Amino acid sequence: MKVLVPVKRVIDYNVKVRVKSDGTGVETANVKMSMNPFDEIGIEAALRLKEAGSAEEVIAVSIGVAQCQETIRTALAMGADRGVLVETEEGAEPLAVAKILKAIIEKEGPEIVILGKQAIDDDSNQTGQMLSALLGWSQATFASNIELGDGTADITREVDGGLETIKVKLPVVVTTDLRLNEPRYASLPNIMKAKKKPIDKMSPADLGVDMTPRLKTLSVVEPSKREGGVKVESVEELVEKLRNEAKVI
Amino acid sequence: MSLLDGRLSEDQRAFQDSARGFSQEQMAPFAAEWDADRIFPEEALRAGAALGFAGVYVREKHGGSNLSRADAAVIFEELAAGCVSTAAYISIHNMASWMIDSFGTEIQRARWLPKLMTMEHFASYCLTEPGSGSDAAALATKARRDGDDYVLNGSKAFISGGSRSDIYVCMVRTGDDSPGGITCVVVEKDAPGLSFGKQERKLGWNSQPTAAVIFENCRVPVANRIGAEGDGFKIAMKGLDGGRVNISACSIGGARACLDAAKAYMLERKQFGKRLADFQALQFKLADMATELEAARLMTHHAARAIDDGDVDATMYCAMAKRFATDTGFTVCNDALQLHGGYGYLRDYPIERYLRDVRVHQILEGTNEIMRVIVSRKLLDQ
Ligand SMILES: Cc1cc2nc3c(=O)[nH]c(=O)nc-3n(C[C@H](O)[C@H](O)[C@H](O)COP(=O)(O)OP(=O)(O)OC[C@H]3O[C@@H](n4cnc5c(N)ncnc54)[C@H](O)[C@@H]3O)c2cc1C
Ligand SMILES: Cc1cc2nc3c(=O)[nH]c(=O)nc-3n(C[C@H](O)[C@H](O)[C@H](O)COP(=O)(O)OP(=O)(O)OC[C@H]3O[C@@H](n4cnc5c(N)ncnc54)[C@H](O)[C@@H]3O)c2cc1C
Repeated sequence: MKVLVPVKRVIDYNVKVRVKSDGTGVETANVKMSMNPFDEIGIEAALRLKEAGSAEEVIAVSIGVAQCQETIRTALAMGADRGVLVETEEGAEPLAVAKILKAIIEKEGPEIVILGKQAIDDDSNQTGQMLSALLGWSQATFASNIELGDGTADITREVDGGLETIKVKLPVVVTTDLRLNEPRYASLPNIMKAKKKPIDKMSPADLGVDMTPRLKTLSVVEPSKREGGVKVESVEELVEKLRNEAKVI
Repeated sequence: MSLLDGRLSEDQRAFQDSARGFSQEQMAPFAAEWDADRIFPEEALRAGAALGFAGVYVREKHGGSNLSRADAAVIFEELAAGCVSTAAYISIHNMASWMIDSFGTEIQRARWLPKLMTMEHFASYCLTEPGSGSDAAALATKARRDGDDYVLNGSKAFISGGSRSDIYVCMVRTGDDSPGGITCVVVEKDAPGLSFGKQERKLGWNSQPTAAVIFENCRVPVANRIGAEGDGFKIAMKGLDGGRVNISACSIGGARACLDAAKAYMLERKQFGKRLADFQALQFKLADMATELEAARLMTHHAARAIDDGDVDATMYCAMAKRFATDTGFTVCNDALQLHGGYGYLRDYPIERYLRDVRVHQILEGTNEIMRVIVSRKLLDQ
């Protein structure tokens, strides 16, 4: 069985993100980029399936600029077997990404696709769900545990009220939550070995996908600055302020 | 974050990510406890070895990572940013392992390296003696040939890992009083006649033991000799070139952690109704700290590349870098402590630990005075 894991190149979670002065987006020039942390969890989950003997091959796919190859190399250094890079200059929206992934999945035939529940740049939380709809596959989002059965999987999901375990038929689209696992670091020798693993390159046009944006960004602004707090004298005053100023009770 | 980040190769960024992730998650949170309770963190060391840190520039065949010295400088800076003392021990382990890999026979490599590369075994480097520190070539530990053994008598002082290590790479005298009378032998922990002094109590470097290593009619098979008789001093000095790059990187890593802490503190702490970051005197201090640190990093990377390229002046570049980077590293930690005011002096903040840990880098692997001896000798050599 093959497992396919899409990996997105995003601004590193340690970087303090700055909005461009013209308000069209955020600064990405000379900014440290890394793999989306939820995708690292996805790679780790796939590698564990392989190490348990449930999967034979782990394929990492990235969609975006040429430097996404570095993100794929990170996945290969962690232990993925090969990579696919779909190169495009345009910012890919969730629907376009889902369409590209569908085309690759139809070629590769994986039985499990593990995505991050969201990417930490746009926080869309859409791609996995759209992909499952396009493919007509089962979906199990926000996974915190994956148990494979015979042609099925028991997947524990992190939902508002606690944990929910569902049984789904394979093939399945899974999206990862933070507690699914702690991703490994690539060892120094594996980083070197990853350079010899193959990465297929293609374009959205090769896959017949139209990347024309369907969303229009109106403006990008910094979140409002945190303001200093106020001290209250009594519980009565606190309740009064929560009710009348903050309007939360 | 280092200014150099943008100028590293793609590979080096990957090594850096791996070392930084490990250091920040598996070293930094525990470093204060290792220091206070004098814990040698064997489990963390082995977890680091699994990522390839035990033999960064040891060849692949017996489990090394086979990277360059320049890569090692990037890696040791990251490890030291989490815990200087532990990173420095890893550096010594690398140096000793590299000597076996480079100057040992295939039989010796196959015998010792696999367990050193997983850190199932720990290694020490034994040169200094009570009567010979800076004047290392004056060492007096005697090795007398007796059949298929050497019989060692004498003692080594200040040995990092001493009493805990499994493998001791020792410089001993087999011949005359010149440097050419020195030979390198591997002494295993259970060798008859080997014993250890008490644990030294130290200002810093508390996450690793330091002790005297004592030889009393200690029998070591001739098969444990690394290289030929009389090659020992050359081997020891070659090991130190790389050791000096690593120890420089360890000072830079510690200083970088202090610089980052000072920056954050300046943005938070208010006095006279303003943030410390709003006083120009302190802004300029911070700018100088970052500038000196960047210069130290560039010199260290340059020296590392000189070793990688087999530059004839590599030893001089390593000495220059070691002198400058370890002095700068200490000064930056000290300045960061000053910027923290009284809080910098408290153990609740990590600065004083970094300061105590990097201080010894100005003394060991050749004191910074000896670095000047090496540089000036080269300059005046006609
Ligand atoms: C924590 C710790 C760990 C160590 N780990 C190891 C280890 O693992 N293996 C090992 O072999 N050694 C180790 N050492 C020993 C270390 O390398 C020596 O302490 C160092 O080389 C200095 O030698 P010394 O202490 O005898 O000082 P000395 O040589 O007595 O020097 C005293 C002072 O005189 C100065 N001086 C000496 N000669 C000259 C000169 N010609 N010109 C100008 N100034 C001079 C020195 O710079 C120094 O300031 C360690 C030391 C410490 C403190
Ligand atoms: C071990 C110890 C014992 C002590 N004992 C006593 C005691 O018995 N009694 C007592 O009253 N206090 C005591 N102190 C407190 C000590 O006097 C203060 O720590 C000291 O005055 C500095 O204040 P601070 O720590 O708040 O640093 P801060 O005032 O916050 O200073 C932080 C940094 O900013 C710099 N800075 C601040 N303002 C300016 C400015 N305008 N321009 C340029 N630089 C500036 C400072 O020089 C320092 O480098 C003790 C402190 C220690 C560590």
